[in-house]
Parts: sequence; C-alpha cells; structure tokens
Amino acid sequence: MRPFTYERATSAEAAARAAALTPGARFIAGGTNLIDLMKLEIETPAHLIDVSRLPMAAIEPTAVGGLRIGAAASNSAVAADATVRARYPVLSEAIVAGGSPQLRNKASVAGNLLQRTRCPYFYDTTKPCNKRRPGAGCAALEGLNRNAAIFGASRACIATHTSDMAVALVALDARVEALSPSGQPRSFPVSELHYLPGDTPHLETELIPGELITAVVLPPPPAGGQTYRKVRDRASYAGGLASVAVAGGQVALGMVAHKPWRASAAEGALAAGASPAEAIARELEGASPLGRNDFKVPLVARLTAAAIDDANGRG
Amino acid sequence: MRTTITVNGEARSLDLDTRTTLLDMLREHLKLTGAKKGCDHGQCGACTVLVNGARINSCLTLAVSHDGDEVVSIEGVGTVGRLHPVQQAFLAEDAFQCGYCTPGQICSTLGMLRELEAGVPSQETAPGAKPDFTGAEIRERMSGNICRCTAYPQIIAAIQRAAEEMA
Repeated sequence: MRPFTYERATSAEAAARAAALTPGARFIAGGTNLIDLMKLEIETPAHLIDVSRLPMAAIEPTAVGGLRIGAAASNSAVAADATVRARYPVLSEAIVAGGSPQLRNKASVAGNLLQRTRCPYFYDTTKPCNKRRPGAGCAALEGLNRNAAIFGASRACIATHTSDMAVALVALDARVEALSPSGQPRSFPVSELHYLPGDTPHLETELIPGELITAVVLPPPPAGGQTYRKVRDRASYAGGLASVAVAGGQVALGMVAHKPWRASAAEGALAAGASPAEAIARELEGASPLGRNDFKVPLVARLTAAAIDDANGRG
Repeated sequence: MRTTITVNGEARSLDLDTRTTLLDMLREHLKLTGAKKGCDHGQCGACTVLVNGARINSCLTLAVSHDGDEVVSIEGVGTVGRLHPVQQAFLAEDAFQCGYCTPGQICSTLGMLRELEAGVPSQETAPGAKPDFTGAEIRERMSGNICRCTAYPQIIAAIQRAAEEMA
C-alpha cells in the first residue's frame, strides 16, 4: 500500500471542501472496496478523509411519503430497516444478495454505489486496462470475459457495475443527494450517477471532484409487487452473472452493463400489455453479447420473466 | 498516528502508520494472533472480529479509523479455563480440523447470533418475516467464513448447539 495521510471529517461541508483542496484525496467510509484496491495499488490516494462518523446514517421518512437514507448508513442497517422491509422489499432483498454479512456491516450506502468493477482485468495489474490507465487498451476484449456487459459497452471497456443495491435503487426511481466543495447541494436520479464507458471508461460517475454523496432518497414505492433475483456461480457470497429488480412496472437489470440498466423498453412493452417474456425480449433486442457471455441473453430473458411473474404474485 | 482502541476490554494506545489494518494492529502490534490473515482481501473471513458488537473483516479496515472503538477478538471471547459456550460447542461437535479459520468462525458466530436476535434479514429470510434459526439461515449467514477443511456440517451443528445452550 502507498503511504497516505488520514483525517476524520468534522462535517460534510468540511469534508467536501478538503477533498477538493487536497491533491489525491479520497473519501473513505466502510472502506471494504477502497482498502482492497489500495492493497493492490490500483487505488493510490495520497490522503483519506474519513466520512464514516458524520451524522449521515439516519433513515427517515420524507414529507412526500418517501424515505431518505443517509449515505453513511451501513448496508446491514438499510436491509434490516423496518420501513425498507415493509415498503421497499426489493431494496432489502438486493442488499442481502450482495457481499457477506461482515462486509454488509461495514459497507456504506454511498460506498456501495461507488464501488469499482470486479472485472478481473481491472484487478490484474499486469494486464492493460483503460480504467486503470486511460489509453492502455482492454485485455478483457479478447480475454476471459464471460461476465462482461451485454448492454452499452464499448471497445474501450466491457466491464460491468456489480452492485446489487444500486439495481434496486434504479428500479425504485431513487435519487442521489450530493454536496459540492463549494457547499452547493444537488439531487439527481441514481440512474444518472454512473456513466456508460464510451471512450473514457476511467470517468465513472456524474460526481465532480470533491463532491460528497450525503443521502439516497426514495420516492413513495410504485404500486405493485417487488422482488430481486440474482444468478451467480455460488449460492452465496459471489458476484452476480445477472440480476433483476422489479418494483411494480419498473424493471432494472444488474451485472449486464457499466451501470445498473433500467429496462425501459421492457417497461414500455409491459405497459402496452405485453407478457413478461415478450417484454424482456424487447429489451434484449438491444443486447450485444461478445461470445463467451452469450449465455447472459437467455439467462436475463428467463430471470426477468420469472421475476416479473413473482412480483405480480406479491402485488 | 496516535490511536486508542479498547481491545478485549483494555484501552490500548498505539502510534500507528496509517496503512496498518486493524488485523495487523492486533497481530503485529498487540501480538494477539488469534485473528488470522487468510486472504487479506475480505474473502475468507478468518480475520473476523467484533467492533462495537458487529462482526467485520479486520483485514479491510484501517486501525486509525477505529480510534475510540471497542474491539473483541477471539482472545476476549473466552479463556482456556473458561471457554465461551460457542467455543465449547465447537469442541463438542468437532467443528474444525486444522483450526485456522476457527477464531473467525467463532467471532462470526457471535456477531451472527446478535444479528438474528435483532431481526436482521438474510436472503433466506421470507419477505417481511422475522428470521428463524434454520440450517439454511445459518449456512447463508456464515457464508463469509470459509473452511478449507470443509468442517461445515459440524460448524452448523456447533452453532445450533451453542444457540440452544445460550437461549
């Protein structure tokens, strides 16, 4: 690990300001992904600003009947929250599908959203990766890319976003609240937080340098049932091959793109009266598998149709 | 960086390199070698300890970030003369072969029992329901602890035995 200095932030405002002023600064909350990457020297921050103790862990109702979840709340706390379980079960189910209990106890909401990809070539520092070194090339293109994206990828990057929680948040139309270094708060949909790779896969999110996520805000849940389903190589504690979050007529897919993938074409078809199988088939017309990950297309088709049926049964 | 952490009930004050993980602090600085370094990447669970009562991977957290916290490692769970019921149950059920993962398994069990008590759901928990104490729940909740000797059936039996004795 490279040497770094460390400070415990005293307020969100001070943290954002310090992050913008200090070269090489990064926020740290749970650290479960960042420290792992620092050990591999994929992440090499010169300064860490610990935001884990800021008063940003509350989960509280909003005036319009939604729920505001503090960015520093642990994944476990969100999954166990009574309101989340009662009104947003897809979120609780998605969270407990990810990581291990130890990791969920430590990992924060914002850290979960900002976790880096698990593409093996991103982790293998002996191989070229455009995320690690822009312009270096992508070893995954001709490599063992069975878990690569089938939507929205580019020649520069075929990695996927691997969060479970984020897939549920996108299906629920959640918004991110963030604070800029100048103290300016703003809010935007979680679906706009992550970028598609294009030619610049090292640019991953909408956040400006030093901007701090302070909360995630859920609108009132949509009418209808909710469910989260994930397929992976082991029954527990493994990254997904594909996942789907369903909340009423809203559908998002996980581990199939560089960001949680809102299945808008499928939603449109469902709203027009298509069957679940017909609806997801419409979405998959836009898929571009690469060979080794061709299996994801029928997998997503069956998984999504089953999940929609399941959610309808719970509605 | 000066850091004070209560470890197994005793306040310990150390001057640490910021890079020191909680696991390395326990093992290298305090010579508490019960928590093990298996993978050092949060994948095996051998380093599991309790921080303020919650189980975490001590390899994936910086010691300096735990200033003021209370840490319990296996050395604080029981002593040779006075074993904790979970330790006793692991012996009774022969829940290990090499024993390397055992300190992490036992600390993880303690954290898990507390989570069950608090109603924290897992993917085995029915929607909206309070989790029950089935083998499926225990297996799922212990999936962050790997045992390469594959003593899993005995570990499940030990956890069930301990939970019954502690109830």
